[in-house]
Amino acid sequence: MTINQSGWKPTSPEAKDGDVPATFTGNRALMLEEALIFEIGDSETTGVDFAEGDVAGSRLGDLSRKSAIGLPGLSEPETVRHYTRLSRQNYAIDLGLFPLGSCTMKHNPRLNEKMARLPGFSDVHPLQPVDTVQGALEVIHQLAHWLVTLTGMTSVAMSPKAGAHGELCGILAIKAALEKRGEGHRKVILVPESAHGTNPATAAFAGFSVENIPAAAEGRVDTGALKARLGPDVAGVMITNPNTCGLFERDLKDISDAVHAAGGYVYCDGANFNAIVGRVRPGDLGVDAMHINLHKTFSTPHGGGGPGSGPVVFSEALTPFAPLPFVEKTGEGFRLVEEENADDHHADSFGRMVAFHGQMGMFTRALTYILSHGADGLRQVAEDAVLNANYILRSLENTLDAPFAKSGPCMHEAIFSDEGLAEGFSTIDVAKALIDEGFHPMTMYFPLVVHGAMLVEPTETESKAALDQFIGALASVAERAKAGDPSLKTAPHFAPRARLDETLAARKPVLVWKDKAA
Amino acid sequence: MERMRYLPLTSSDRAEMLSVIGAGSVDDLFVDVPEAARLSGPIEGLPNHASELAVERHMTALARKNMVAGDVPFFLGCGAYRHHVPASVDHLIQRGEFLTAYTPYQPEIAQGTLQMLFEFQTQVARLLGTDVANASMYDGSTACWEAIGMARRITKKSKAILSSGLHPHYVSVAKTMAKYTGDTLETGRPVLTAETDLDQMIAAIDGDTSCVVVQYPDILGRIADLTPLAEACHAKKALLIAVVTEPVALGAIRAPGEMDADIVVGEGQSLGVGLQFGGPYVGLMGCKDKYIRQMPGRFCGETVDADGKRGFVLTLSTREQHIRREKATSNICTNSGLCALAFSIHMTLLGEAGLRRMAGINHANACRAADRLAKVPGVKLVNGVFFNEFTLDLGREARPIVRTLAERGVLAGVSLGRLYPGEDALANGLVVAVTETVTAEDIETLAKALEEVLA
Repeated sequence: MTINQSGWKPTSPEAKDGDVPATFTGNRALMLEEALIFEIGDSETTGVDFAEGDVAGSRLGDLSRKSAIGLPGLSEPETVRHYTRLSRQNYAIDLGLFPLGSCTMKHNPRLNEKMARLPGFSDVHPLQPVDTVQGALEVIHQLAHWLVTLTGMTSVAMSPKAGAHGELCGILAIKAALEKRGEGHRKVILVPESAHGTNPATAAFAGFSVENIPAAAEGRVDTGALKARLGPDVAGVMITNPNTCGLFERDLKDISDAVHAAGGYVYCDGANFNAIVGRVRPGDLGVDAMHINLHKTFSTPHGGGGPGSGPVVFSEALTPFAPLPFVEKTGEGFRLVEEENADDHHADSFGRMVAFHGQMGMFTRALTYILSHGADGLRQVAEDAVLNANYILRSLENTLDAPFAKSGPCMHEAIFSDEGLAEGFSTIDVAKALIDEGFHPMTMYFPLVVHGAMLVEPTETESKAALDQFIGALASVAERAKAGDPSLKTAPHFAPRARLDETLAARKPVLVWKDKAA
Repeated sequence: MERMRYLPLTSSDRAEMLSVIGAGSVDDLFVDVPEAARLSGPIEGLPNHASELAVERHMTALARKNMVAGDVPFFLGCGAYRHHVPASVDHLIQRGEFLTAYTPYQPEIAQGTLQMLFEFQTQVARLLGTDVANASMYDGSTACWEAIGMARRITKKSKAILSSGLHPHYVSVAKTMAKYTGDTLETGRPVLTAETDLDQMIAAIDGDTSCVVVQYPDILGRIADLTPLAEACHAKKALLIAVVTEPVALGAIRAPGEMDADIVVGEGQSLGVGLQFGGPYVGLMGCKDKYIRQMPGRFCGETVDADGKRGFVLTLSTREQHIRREKATSNICTNSGLCALAFSIHMTLLGEAGLRRMAGINHANACRAADRLAKVPGVKLVNGVFFNEFTLDLGREARPIVRTLAERGVLAGVSLGRLYPGEDALANGLVVAVTETVTAEDIETLAKALEEVLA
């Protein structure tokens, strides 16, 4: 038990309700409970003033809305308070280290936000005449140039809306290329079992059948097994590099050569590009297509679950099949290549994936970030990200089981397992206790190939002091889990909510608010 | 490079950490990269790091090359609308706890995002007139395709009838995907008449039809009662999918769910999000209760915590890719969380009264503009009914006229030639959107400019 030196009351992880009186409001000082808008708003109140005057409409036919919609309104001060209070129940990068493996939760520079809000970018319609949006097209063109150059590829499709959408883009290009060759019968996509769930889901969505390739004991793809499975029915492989065990796939070039020789294509999941940006070009490893999560490597904010942006870079072999639209530089400026003008030199495109031209707001942010770092800074990003992860790995490998510690250095994420924890204790108990320590937990139980996996990705934007505090906290929690401290089973104790009943939520789904009084 | 402003490590930190790791240099950490693929220094031909001031200059210069919608009389719509967004919306979404949070997979420390999503789902369901709604999709066009896939899974049939009034980009997206999923799509081009293609669609439904997809209001701004279409769909065990690209319309006209649409999808950009040259936007998706397990995307649901307090979690994830992998309902992982937040805040500020007032002003402005523009010699109003967007027949090819008007500082609308290149029957069409941001002077400026250009 630790003693709070400044007060009379002993504090420990067990201290909870019962030791202190309940408050009238249910609030606890800065921890404020907030009702739903449906409980505090009403249909008469509005926080938006419009011009006075008669607005009787006359051209709606017989479709005028007669019934109430049921939308509560709040005044502006109430609105600001509602959402500010809600925001304080969230953990965020701005609050502390967010070591969510495979998600690259790095600092989101505020210059990006400022630039995206310049009216010249934010207040421009996607269907304005192209002569009036030359600056927007130039942003897309400049970002495309950086992405192609950093990856050593031939072209890039900018329109995919997120990582999984980018995967779909790459897979559809592979399918189009195979069909063009008259080899549409190739129906199998090989996916290592350590892959993100989106990989098999994407391949299946595009009509491929998915076959899993096992991992070797050292945490990398079993190259022998993969090569043995290649053949005339294989369309390609989807491989993540660095992989989800945090390791560089040493044999990727060799694998790519074998896949190409067997008539297939190589899709690389670029979720972990942050580890190698500026140090390795996937194009040099024989990759045919790779998505880049702008919301990971290039610092556009995750926003509580999106929007993302997932441009896809292509090799020369797949470039003719890339989707529409794209931006092209001409003698007179920039033009959009769309359905109407694609035929002359882009007839093999597999088509359009989204309305309009992609996540422009994310392009401006990513380009701002890239220009800030430059070629030298981006290389340093990868180096510091990898250095930070290895520092965590080596600082904790004697405390937690690190299954691949002997496989050599990790890349930008370190992986641990739940082996060695006391009977009945698992990764979730460690994760929830980390919440009490003021950290977001690491990625839990992923990849599936590691038992009780804890995937830790610190990113390059953490200071050594922040890493040392995290290492100390994780070591402390790990020791408690090894000793079987029962208080871990009920952690978190200091969060806005205790563990939530997810089974109840799924068994009796309540997805919208209903007035119980009604 | 000793330090860059986003990188906290110092040289001495790096040296100390390398010694803990037991590596001689950072290069030793990249030992698994094959030698041939290692880059020995920064990639050539790209500039090095730059100060905040220098980057700001560069980006501002690019921004200045665009014509800003707010600087000129502006009448573009067709799937993206310019509305006034209250200042507090953008302030609130920039709070770091929202902006820099991840998907709420750790619900104990993500109740802010989760409660917001629960409120968003309820607002969207009520607006669309559906029982439930999900936590958002990428955008309207991808939500539309996902709805078609959902109808296939529910009906076990794969022929979809797409209204000729559906946004052509939405049609293109569906066509791209259908090539790979084996769905059959029946589509056509719109005709410049006041009537929608409702009757033709009703006639086309047969026993193989999985769904009918109808936009409301449609690409030309026309609106029609969907009730007979829903009845015709249900008689043949097909689903009705309604697509709403202008959600503000639902403050004035009946919700598709009220007319018995089974799935309603939409583009939520109008509320809170802004034009942003086409993205990021926010896809809305609602459906009847009985179909929720076939719905793609994330759901937030209500539950209780270990102390019995109300709380929220992501739920029904057994439909999703991270659990189901190749058997998932969709490969979607990310939603459009921050745009959903902006939508929800804007909707909360408006409330029922505000949304109805806003919709009323939109319609009144549009009526005023339609009346004035129809008086321009040679111009005919195509629509009988409309909300805030209508189509004009200019009697001449509209696309060059739009360009000419842009040169004169008026963004007059979207020419159908832009959306349907090569379709001569549509070339004279101009779709004009009129929101609360348009003034009487703007309308007069457009009318005068059109008179001069057409003269």
